[in-house]
Amino acid sequence: MDTRAIPDAISSFREQCMKAFRFMLQSRVLDEKMASLYRGGKIHGGVFLGKGQEAVSAATGMSLLKGDIFSPLIRDGAGRLAFGEPIIDAVRTYMGSALGPMRGREGNVHRGRPAEGLLPMISHLGAMISVVNGMLIGRRFKKIQNTVGAVSLGDGATSTGAFHEALNQAAVEKLPLVLVVTNNQFAYSTPNSRQFACRHLVDKAVGYGVAGHSMDGTDLKACLETISAAVAAARQGQGPQLVVATLLRLCGHGEHDDAHYIDPELRNSALGRDCLVLAESFLTEQGWADAKIIKSWRKDAVRKVEEVVAAVQHEPGPDPYKEDWSALSTRHLSEGSQSL
Amino acid sequence: MSITYLEAIREAQAKALADDPRVFIYGQDVGAFGGAFKATKNLALEFPDRVIDAPISEDAIIGSAIGSALEGMRPIIEMQFADFSTPGFNQIVNHAATLFWRTQLPCPITIRLPSGGTSGSGAFHSQSMEAIYAHYPGLVVMTPATVEDAYSMLLEAVAIDDPVIFCEHKYLYYHLKAEKLPTEAMPAGKARISRAGRDVTIVAYSAMVHEALAVAEELSTEGIEIEVVDLRTIKPLDTDTIMASVARTGRLLCVGESWPWGGVTAEVIARVATEGFNLLDAPPQRLNAKDTPIPFHPNLWLMHRPTARSIAMAVRNLLRL
Repeated sequence: MDTRAIPDAISSFREQCMKAFRFMLQSRVLDEKMASLYRGGKIHGGVFLGKGQEAVSAATGMSLLKGDIFSPLIRDGAGRLAFGEPIIDAVRTYMGSALGPMRGREGNVHRGRPAEGLLPMISHLGAMISVVNGMLIGRRFKKIQNTVGAVSLGDGATSTGAFHEALNQAAVEKLPLVLVVTNNQFAYSTPNSRQFACRHLVDKAVGYGVAGHSMDGTDLKACLETISAAVAAARQGQGPQLVVATLLRLCGHGEHDDAHYIDPELRNSALGRDCLVLAESFLTEQGWADAKIIKSWRKDAVRKVEEVVAAVQHEPGPDPYKEDWSALSTRHLSEGSQSL
Repeated sequence: MSITYLEAIREAQAKALADDPRVFIYGQDVGAFGGAFKATKNLALEFPDRVIDAPISEDAIIGSAIGSALEGMRPIIEMQFADFSTPGFNQIVNHAATLFWRTQLPCPITIRLPSGGTSGSGAFHSQSMEAIYAHYPGLVVMTPATVEDAYSMLLEAVAIDDPVIFCEHKYLYYHLKAEKLPTEAMPAGKARISRAGRDVTIVAYSAMVHEALAVAEELSTEGIEIEVVDLRTIKPLDTDTIMASVARTGRLLCVGESWPWGGVTAEVIARVATEGFNLLDAPPQRLNAKDTPIPFHPNLWLMHRPTARSIAMAVRNLLRL
């Protein structure tokens, strides 16, 4: 196809969709490999997949620019890749390599490159929002403009006090914050009916005085359009944006969880559709890709992951005898290195 | 001219703001109002963009301080009362305190906790939180007892690249005065011998240093010479200075205003007992508040926390052991 014949916007959107799809695919392949290593006893600690959430995650990562802030949650493999996290960071952190960004001090999804705007999450839900607020406040002090901070959350996190305090704080400070809430129907095993009582999570936006957006989280096109619009609004100074994507988690909370509590009827409903399969159909229908191309993309994704895993398997774990047991950067004030 | 402990805290913040454009103050009512205790009085006039009122959201206040520190700022957070740091506890102990360990990035935030009892303040405006924060790795915990330390340690707290819990005592705010602000200071992490003596060591910190000094004065008329060690910083704990003092006196009483279970006095005694057992001529003793919520009525309050009277009694008992 001659791209010169296509108007720029459409061409650009086509590129966006194809790029997003490849991040989704790469993330799914990486997840599958991590799950397989977990089952083989090669991974210490948990493994948390993003299955079914790749579209909203990729769209979030892709909507951000270099220099923006992204605080991913546990199902954001695709968004991390789209934001620029190398595959090897995930593999090294899962496999406990001393050469990874967390050097074996943290595992699995608790990784990041905060100096590059990619924050390592703590486990306490909602806690990352106000940290991103603070980064945006810091940038305001430094007169850095046109910057955006995006935070990924699940439905469960919307019930926390941290969510409330931070979204209110962002609204008071009129920060360029984008909260992407992926309502995957379950917080671990707890369904929406036991999590909140409002009609729709996006209804919370009005209470905080922030803009609200919602979309079908299984629809890549809707995710890209909605999230990029929200990011653009934040970047233009329109204050915090609450985006709510609706979908179903297509895996357990972690690989230790068989998710038996999810009703088969729900799995078979429109909510339970796989965003990756839908995106593949969409690309094919548009004539932007065909089965052969997609097969080659998958092969490429598998090759990349296999290469990284093969390399990381030979990397050393942290040496407890050489570890720097200091929790403070001010070494002379640290009691950690003393044996008490 | 004289300056109070509270004014010293205000002056330290004024200096920090003036010296370093990365410093800002964030907390409830700290702006035009000048803070619940006036520790930020007029600072918003002088630094209107860097003294900012926060919503009543301690979790978000601390969380955003961490974020701003990641961007290179050096926030000073005023918790209106130490007691109200508990809604921000998660961000302090799980986020600020773990950041350097996880990421190797510094987290230079100072969290001011107006601490300790004043008569009539009751269970939720009187607490001393130093022990609970000292328990967590990744935090420095300061408990200044003098006007000079309130000033110099707060400046040092702002300069330190790690989270500092700065426990300033509300009872000392107005009661304690100095002639002038110091130009030189002892570094954090070092305890001070506030009064030398040969018979008993009292290890204390914050407001209890003054109760201990009053007892030392009183008992010296009977020929009992008490050495008073002011810890200044409770984490890190200056075990060397404590041990050296116990080596001189052979007897140890540790006094803290917070609750007895665990805590600073227990830690001091544990270290002396494990590392300096042979220095002791008598079992080490400690005195803390009673193990109840802090009472409102002055009759109850005066009995709840250690006072010069109860400390003197404890010293006499210790000398009989």
